[in-house]
Amino acid sequence: MTDDITTMEAPALPYADAVPGAVVGADEFGIIVNRDKLVEFALYLRNNEGFDYLSSLTAVDYLGFEGRTAEDRFEVVYHLFDTKKGGDGVVLKVRLPEDDPQLPSLIMVYPGADLQEREVYDFYGIRFNGHPRLRRIFLWEGFDGHPMRKDWKEAYYEAEHKPFKSRWPNGHYHWAEDRVPWGDNVKYPQGWDPNAFEPAPPPLPTIHDIPGEEIKTDRVIVNMGPQHPSTHGVFRMIVALDGETVVGLEPECGYLHRNHEKIGERNTWLGNIPFTDRLDYLSSMSNNFGYVLAVEQLMGEKGKPPERAEYLRVIMAELTRIANHMWSIGFLLNDLGAFFTPALYTIQEREMILDLFEEASGSRMMCNYMRFGGVRRDVDEDWLNRCRDLVHNRIPAKIDELDEYLTNNEILLARTKGVGYLSAEDAIALSVCGPMLRASGVPYDLRRSRPYSIYDRFEFDVVTDDGCDVYARYRVRMEEMRQSVRILKQALDDIPEGPVFKGKPGYVTRVAKGEAYGAVEGPKGELGFYVVSDGTDNPWRYHIRAPSYINLNALAPMCIGYKVADSVVILGAIDIVLGETDR
Amino acid sequence: MFGIGILKGLGVTLKHTVSTYIDDFSRTPTRYADSYETAAGRILRQPTNITGIVTVQYPEERRELPENFRYIPMLLYEEETGEDRCTACGICSKVCPPQCIWIVRDKDEKGKPIKRPAEFYIDASICMSCGFCAEFCPFDAIKMNHDYELAVYDRFPGLIYDKDELSVPTSYYAALYPQAWKQEEEKRAKKAKKPRRPAKKGPSKPPAKKEPAPAAKAEPAAPAPATEAAPRPKPKGGHWSPIPEGYTGPLITSELPLPPVPAEGVSPSGVPWKRIMELREKQLLHYRERRKAEGKEIKL
Amino acid sequence: MANDQHIPEELQRNVFMTTVDFLYNWSRKNSMWPMLFGLACCAIEMICTAAGRYDLARFGMEVMRPSPRQCDLMIVSGTVTKKMAPTIVRLYNQMAEPRYVLSMGACATGGGPFKEGYNVVSGIDKYIPVDVYVPGCPPTPEALLYGILKLHEKVENQSVKTVPWYRKETPKGIAVPELGPDIFQPDRAEEIAMFTLRPIPAEES
Ligand code: SF4
Ligand code: SF4
Ligand code: SF4
Repeated sequence: MTDDITTMEAPALPYADAVPGAVVGADEFGIIVNRDKLVEFALYLRNNEGFDYLSSLTAVDYLGFEGRTAEDRFEVVYHLFDTKKGGDGVVLKVRLPEDDPQLPSLIMVYPGADLQEREVYDFYGIRFNGHPRLRRIFLWEGFDGHPMRKDWKEAYYEAEHKPFKSRWPNGHYHWAEDRVPWGDNVKYPQGWDPNAFEPAPPPLPTIHDIPGEEIKTDRVIVNMGPQHPSTHGVFRMIVALDGETVVGLEPECGYLHRNHEKIGERNTWLGNIPFTDRLDYLSSMSNNFGYVLAVEQLMGEKGKPPERAEYLRVIMAELTRIANHMWSIGFLLNDLGAFFTPALYTIQEREMILDLFEEASGSRMMCNYMRFGGVRRDVDEDWLNRCRDLVHNRIPAKIDELDEYLTNNEILLARTKGVGYLSAEDAIALSVCGPMLRASGVPYDLRRSRPYSIYDRFEFDVVTDDGCDVYARYRVRMEEMRQSVRILKQALDDIPEGPVFKGKPGYVTRVAKGEAYGAVEGPKGELGFYVVSDGTDNPWRYHIRAPSYINLNALAPMCIGYKVADSVVILGAIDIVLGETDR
Repeated sequence: MFGIGILKGLGVTLKHTVSTYIDDFSRTPTRYADSYETAAGRILRQPTNITGIVTVQYPEERRELPENFRYIPMLLYEEETGEDRCTACGICSKVCPPQCIWIVRDKDEKGKPIKRPAEFYIDASICMSCGFCAEFCPFDAIKMNHDYELAVYDRFPGLIYDKDELSVPTSYYAALYPQAWKQEEEKRAKKAKKPRRPAKKGPSKPPAKKEPAPAAKAEPAAPAPATEAAPRPKPKGGHWSPIPEGYTGPLITSELPLPPVPAEGVSPSGVPWKRIMELREKQLLHYRERRKAEGKEIKL
Repeated sequence: MANDQHIPEELQRNVFMTTVDFLYNWSRKNSMWPMLFGLACCAIEMICTAAGRYDLARFGMEVMRPSPRQCDLMIVSGTVTKKMAPTIVRLYNQMAEPRYVLSMGACATGGGPFKEGYNVVSGIDKYIPVDVYVPGCPPTPEALLYGILKLHEKVENQSVKTVPWYRKETPKGIAVPELGPDIFQPDRAEEIAMFTLRPIPAEES
């Protein structure tokens, strides 16, 4: 890294003159920025260069990485994109020393940095000065340490990397629990007295005054979740109410925080594929897709999949989109009170798609189908024909039927029209992605603006809607299913014969040293994987840009001013999946 | 007019309701059109050309499982010779993402390791059914079982599968995976013709000259026949290593005797082993009392 | 009537009890209401089980209640995290007896693929007693139904004379774990203090 900086001529630095002293270097993956000038530089990029969208924000701990010292142990990485022009974005990096891990918050430039900065604070203990609510978000206040730091070890820590030596050749069965004196996955710091323990007070939402509200009644704090039938899992919101009106809302995540990223750094590259299935468990194929795209960038020529595999990937990803939107529409109606009937109808089609997945990959939900450089196995003509049958007959008929009995339903209209308004500017600023963003009228779809795989070959429309409300989100999802059908028809017509895997399948993945960001337009939005490799069998850093987590940025702004019953619908229309939100 | 949308919606629901009954009262309901009977019950196949979806009336009826269905792994042994196919090469335990495979290599009398597992465990309470073990085993020794009827009343030792519980004959595999079996047999036959090699001694250099991973190019499932044929073989003795010989006490999660710990010294967490043992005893009592209070002692 | 005289009194009661048991268990078994409560991926399969294709209603279980007070069965469907565990214990305490717990999937059973994670509990049976374990990741709907049938079997073998819920004293409930530097059960505070408050070089070794 240091070589790059010294050999680089000063004028060669990108945006060097924009803000004096801001750019201090560059490597082949991004621009290194001085933390004191970060806000100014970000403002410049946003206002003058058009990088209006902060996609991903994360940190990397380079403790013990080759060429790194305590002076630049932490690195905060920003991925910025342009929603109008599309194309590749710009990557900013801020290096922080071990003893003073703090930098200014970007929340005033990109409000969407809110949740992601809290995540980084939670995992790495990096402070973002100026962030108004810099509290832990996945773990609870009082948790001991910052778990993603490389020197933090979990209670069941066995070795830095898998495979663990204890399993073979003399693998005597040892229950992991037996290694811990308490027989469970816990550890306590030395000197902590459990008898004198006081739990931290629960978080309270910031109260907003609603203009135009004449009568000021008492504020009531209502807790929803984590066990609540309409939070789509174990999500918790703490809502402040003025009568029936929401005046403050605080999302609380982490009830399904399964430590994907920490486990991912212990896993081998290959071993992470089945773990990605469990992120957004409604659309495992898309998750596989994003991850293999990211790692294939590091593999160079070897990682390029053959033609047929590319088509299969697209087919699977689009089927996933349909299955996911079916589910999400069914359960949006569930949240509206149409208990289970619409969901039952939509689940039927999803089951048909799952049957196809099961046949191709072996499992209904956890497909584990894609590999670096191809897919797990080929499908036969019978499979393709059944898929064609679905795509040409069954699914379009189902979408029409849904359209017929839902789209003009007066109750649906009354409950969703004008609810959860989110303007296009706000949506971009809050880093909202996917159908949510497009329902605010922003035609930003990764399949078009940064085409990956072979999406540039297909004809389809980027669906947008100017409604900016829940109804628009519903309409966008409906229409996206039709577009997916369109892509599927083309893909199923054009799919070539040939191998589905490049080279010989093997369990060792050779990756170059470096880093990569691979993103797909998943059903929920931009699903990105940021991986850093030190050239070994295990990722150094494995970060997931989770669309349903980042879309939650917009939850509070959308709910405030509406009735509490609407907040359920608004949450339903974001379409979160907790496995991905909490990871 | 207000209400049109609602009426339309009701109409759709009504149509669905009526069509179900029409189908049910026709002589052969569509759901039985493609199905067939086996000893385990009727196997249903979902036709794509009807509206709606057929209800699988488990346990009388079952859904047809595709050939590549995966649940929990199984180990194959040759039916004629009774020998395990597994050579204890350890690849499956290396690729297993949650590391839930434990293998002990067998030794001959002189203590030299031989290519056969002495013990082989899979912890089904960890296994994520990913299928990597089956995918990368160079000897086609481990495959994914289709048996999903595995619920148990007690997790220990019920969900730690040892070699006896995991072992199935090759014929069972052949019945579950007809296509993959055919391909593998062809490959095996071809291989056996060229370099003469005993069928089951394993290659001289471990996995270097391997057969390609199984089913890498396998045609995905065409309709597989009845999958419920052979039940999982009953455990012969159930030797889960930390249970001492002759132990007859209850097998509740925390009531198992612990693996031996050193009499002295400190554990990695900085606590003397002796203390750990004391505490585990206490914990055991604690747990036992709670089970009693809940009345959840299980008599089987 | 005449025949009754030949049967000893205890046995007569037994015949009566068997019939009562049969009715008692039959009715409990056929209207076992699960809690509408999902944790992770397994919950999706649970919903699919309740949907048209597998139709939980055939077992009298379609009434999924969101309130623990009205439920008989808690299907722990998914990864139990430390942050969620206190809530689950609280829900369990709120369920009226007789109550059953079915642990669905590898995660709820033993931590599953995420066992090593720092925020994951290695099996819900560390906190609440579990009646049936269903392995699999995720268990297919059929596997879950098999687990439920196993539970029915268990219910069938209970007797109204020995079941623990007709007792005088009010049940204490399980101590709800708390979230300190790590999750801990308050009733085990003493044990924990023994380790954490110990002077660092262990006196024994
Ligand atoms: S990879 Fe196959 S042969 Fe090697 S230890 Fe595993 S099961 Fe045995
Ligand atoms: S299926 Fe996957 S998790 Fe299970 S034993 Fe095989 S490799 Fe391990
Ligand atoms: S067992 Fe598997 S499917 Fe179920 S919650 Fe755990 S990871 Fe998800």
